[in-house]
Parts: sequence; structure tokens; C-alpha cells
Amino acid sequence: MSKAAEIDIVSVSKVYGTTTAVQSISLKIPAGSYCCFLGPSGCGKTSTLRMIAGHESISSGDIRLGNVVVTDFPPAKRGTSMMFQSYALFPHLDLIDNVAFSLKMKGVDKDTRRAKALDMLKLMQMDAYATRRPAQLSGGQQQRVALARAFITDPEALLLDEPLSALDPFLKIRMRAELKKLQKTLGITFVHVTHSQEEAMALADLIVVMNDGRIEQAATPRTVFERPATAFVARFMGDHNVLSGRVVEQNGDMMTIEAPEGLRFSARGEGRPVGASADIGIRMDRVRIGDASEKTLGFNGIVSNVEYRGSSVKLTVLGAGSDDFTVLISDTDYFKTPVSVGDAVPLSWADEDVILLGRVN
Amino acid sequence: MSAGQIADVPMTDKPLGITRRLPKRGLQKLAAYLQAAPLALILGFFFLLPILAIVVVSFWDYDFAGIYPDFLTMNYTETLGSWVTWKIYLNTFKFTAIVWALTLLIGFWVAYFLAFHVRTATMQMLLFLVCTVPFLTSNIIRMISWIPVLGRNGLINTTLMNMGLVRDPVEWLLYSDFAVVLAMVHLYTLFMVTPIFNTLMRIDRSLVEAARDAGATGWQILWNVIIPLAKPGIAIGTIFVVTLVMADFSTVQVMSGGQSASVALMMKNQMSLLQYPAAAANAVVLLIIVLMMVAAILRVVDIRKEL
Repeated sequence: MSKAAEIDIVSVSKVYGTTTAVQSISLKIPAGSYCCFLGPSGCGKTSTLRMIAGHESISSGDIRLGNVVVTDFPPAKRGTSMMFQSYALFPHLDLIDNVAFSLKMKGVDKDTRRAKALDMLKLMQMDAYATRRPAQLSGGQQQRVALARAFITDPEALLLDEPLSALDPFLKIRMRAELKKLQKTLGITFVHVTHSQEEAMALADLIVVMNDGRIEQAATPRTVFERPATAFVARFMGDHNVLSGRVVEQNGDMMTIEAPEGLRFSARGEGRPVGASADIGIRMDRVRIGDASEKTLGFNGIVSNVEYRGSSVKLTVLGAGSDDFTVLISDTDYFKTPVSVGDAVPLSWADEDVILLGRVN
Repeated sequence: MSAGQIADVPMTDKPLGITRRLPKRGLQKLAAYLQAAPLALILGFFFLLPILAIVVVSFWDYDFAGIYPDFLTMNYTETLGSWVTWKIYLNTFKFTAIVWALTLLIGFWVAYFLAFHVRTATMQMLLFLVCTVPFLTSNIIRMISWIPVLGRNGLINTTLMNMGLVRDPVEWLLYSDFAVVLAMVHLYTLFMVTPIFNTLMRIDRSLVEAARDAGATGWQILWNVIIPLAKPGIAIGTIFVVTLVMADFSTVQVMSGGQSASVALMMKNQMSLLQYPAAAANAVVLLIIVLMMVAAILRVVDIRKEL
């Protein structure tokens, strides 16, 4: 169970009638890594997973698993195993028969397959419930059985379709830790589809942010968090304010953009012609209340909302063409100089906390 | 302060609530009985009472002129002691078994096609309605319409003879057990299609994908996933078909041309000879047998999920 396969997706598209769900994406998922496909619903992440699994035909392009091109293989011949969103456990079979199902399909005799299934259930600490039906289990237990069923085929890659979405918040966090631990022990490639940034950040070695059938960014969680590639990623991950404007000046590697209200902001970056539109991202937790050292590293805005979050306070500010510019400051800083809704405040940031955001295409 | 409020509310409200609800509870009880009354009355008058009457009459005496209150077991001993009765029961069971097997095969096939191969919900509903169209005409008309098809000079025989495949008309097409079974299958298949279609529509499609992911072939999915999950629907359809065929007399009479018999037909003949107590005894025996068959089906399959 230790062999893991690299998954190579080569300009794969999925077309349903006239709509394109996945637009010619290419991606390499290293062997033995935990990869999360992240994006809003309808972004093509589930279609991509289902194409890797073989439950969806590939309109164009190829998928390689290890050294084998599996594009036209049926699901069971690919060496992948899929865990479905609602777990899809067979309601008429007890846990042993559920886990042993694929062995039964292969024609393995009853005693052998039941013994192997029981071993799998033991691995998942579910052997005590072996003779129960899925309906008699809690959500977390069902997930463990679904994992046992997925692992019995000895897959090179496990594909998980929103595995945690059916669980309550507390259980979600516990099962998340279990998934991560399992992936580390088994060492096989996990591909996990989710719409939760938190889940992806906590689990993934590689986060693939998708939008509108395209990959916006595929990078480590730290890179996605610190250097979002596009405005979409910055907004979706929710840790950056995005300001849009036009390039008005390029000076060395510093660029100045002008926002709709005539405010100018500088950012490190080059390669954009003067007059082109550009987005910059500013870390929410790095914005300070106070006058800027340079005019292009801050603006004055009106506080429109204050949210107390315990260790931090979230301020929403109107200004610079944005109506939800967010400032996260620590509670100590906030209570030193409290502000309230309607106050005009000066905001500022350091130049290393601004990044120039790219665009797909 | 707010915690105090929260604690206060139930303490003052609870006793108030009880005293206010007490007189209402009696009314609510009465209302519940009133709500159940219409159905109870209808079932009582039109179901329980007639059955009771049949049971009572089955112990009465009779001759060619009338029936007389009595307590005799003669009607039962006569019925159960006659080899004719046993032969007729055997014949009825034979029809039931054949018709059940055929309606199950055809019904499952149709339901499976509707549920898994027709893509759009609109088309599913449309095709399902097409299945029910024949039911807009009466049983008798649908039965009789087979006669010009199957008869000596009917559609099939004329065609076969004109094609030169047979020299003389095929006799067993009409007024035979074949005709009876054909008509019954035609009449009762929908009772199998509907409940099975219902269960198949409720099967989570991801189960089929999970089975395919585990390497199951189409037949293996059908046998290991779909049929086990369709069992409640199959059981309900079976109950419909078995009770309908066991109680059928008109199809047997018309389509066999009087050459075949069923238990219900035997009762009908006894009634036309004014032997009501004998017919009643037969009815009680049939009722018990059918109830036992239904009980057996319910023991094998748990249909509660469907109801």
C-alpha cells in the first residue's frame, strides 16, 4: 500500500453540450502529496476529480497516473479509488460486505475477502461495528468505513469529493486531522475537492485554486496565502484586500496605479504598460491605523462596520473605490485607540505587504 | 441580566401552560377521534361487516330454495374434501406463479429502463404516463380486444396462414391457458412497474458509481446493488399481482372460454346456483390462503421503508 503515483493532467477539457466545465487545464500532482482542489461551486473542481477517477469522460487532453495514460480506462483499472461526497455506502450491506465489495466483484472467495475487509476495518478502528449497517453509524464513522472501502483496492491515489461537507463543524476538524494523518502513514497521493479555504490550508501540500474551469493558481498553501497569483485567488482566500486601478507610472521595479477616486498606490512589479488595468492585493492583517510613511501606501477612509472577534477586531472601511476594505487589528491595538462606525481613519501599510496581482490569460 | 431573563421565562410559563392546556387536551382527544371516525366508519361498514357476514354465512345450511341460519362445518368439509377444489386451487396457483414471474420480469425491465436509461425527468414522466394509458379503458374491453387478435380467424392466424407458415389455424392461441396468462400479464404488469419504478428512482445514483469504482460490471451492479435495493418495490408489486390473480374470475372465464377454472370462478358458479354458504366457505379459505401468502412476502422483505 506504499506505492504512490504522480498524477499528470495534460490540457484536459470537459465540455457538456455547449458549456465548458473545464478549460484545457494542465497540472502535475507529485506522488505522495496531499493536493486540494479549491474553488467556488461550479468552478470545475469536481469535474476534474471525476475525470481523474474515470467517472466522467475526458473531452480532450490526457491524464497520466504514474507511467500509464489512463484517459480511456474504466475507474477500477486506473489504480485510483474514490470516496464520494455522501460516502455512498451500500445501505443493504453490513460494514464487512461494504468494505469487501470490490473483492467480491473480483471473485475473491468469501472467507478471504471478509478477513481482508475486517483487517481494513481494524485499521480504521471500526472493527467493533463490523456487522452493522451504514444507517446505524454516525457521519464520522461512515467516513471511516468509506475510507476502508476505498483502501481495500490498494490504490495509488485516493480521490475525495468534498469528504468533510456532510459533517458538523466539530467533527469536520477531527476527521480532517485523521485524513492528514492517514495520508502521511500510507504515503499515497490524495486529491481532495473542497470549497473551504480553511480545509485546504490545513490539509494540502499543494493547493489548486480553480475558477470558471481554469486553474488560477497551483502552489503550496504558504505561497497561495502570501502571494496570491490573481485577484480571484486573493479575494477567494479572503486574506487580502483587492484594489483595482490603472497603471500610471513605472519607475524601476516600482509601479504606481491610480484607483477610481484618483488615489495613487505603489506596488512592486513590472511588465505592465502604462494605461493597463491592474489589481493590487494588501494583506488585511498588515494594514495599520495611522498616517502613511509615503502617500502611495495608504488612504483615508470611513469606518462602516466594526466586528469584535476576541483576539482581533475586524474593521470595514469605505474608500479607495472599495466598499469592503478590511482591516484586521489586534484587540490590544484596537482598544488603545478605539474607532467607531462613521469615523474617518487614516490607513497605511508597508510596501512589502502590497503585491501586484496577475490575471489568468 | 439577560441570563436571569432566560431562566425566568420557563419558570413562569410552565405552570401557566399546563393549566391553560388541560381543558384543551380533552378537546384535542375528541378531535382526534372525530378525525379518525369517517375512515373507521367506512372500513367498518364496507369492509369488516361484509367479511364478518361472509364468515357467519359460511357456517349456514342451504338447499336449492334458500339459506338457513345454522352452525355447520359441512361447507368447509365439503369444499376441502373435494378433489375438484384442490385441482382448482392448484390451477389458480399455477396461473399466479406464471403471471407473477412474467410481470416481474417485464415490470422490472420497464421500470429499470425508465429509471436508469431515460435521462430527463420530463421524458420519464411522459413514458410512465404512456404505460398507464391502457388503464383508461376497462379491464373487460382490454380483455375482449384480444379475441380478434388471437381467434381462429384472428389477426395472428390470418397472417400466419397467408404467409404460408401454417396450414390450419393455431388453436391454442385463444380459449386456452396461454390466452389467460397473456391477458393477465397485460392487465397486471403496471402494478409491478409502478412500485419498482418508485424504489429504483430512490436509489442514490452515487451507489452505482461507487460500485463501478469498485470494479463492478453492469450485471454485477444490477445483481449486487440495484436488485437488493429494489426488493421493497418488488414485494409491493408481488402483493398486488398475487392478490389480483388469486381473486380473478372474469379473465379466466373469458379467455379460457370456460375450459379453465380458478377459485374465484368456482365461487361465482356456486353463487349463480344460490349456494351462498358454500361460496362463503370458499371465500374464507381463499382469504386465509392469500393473507398467508402476503404474510410470507412481508416476512421475506421489509417494505416499511416504502410506506
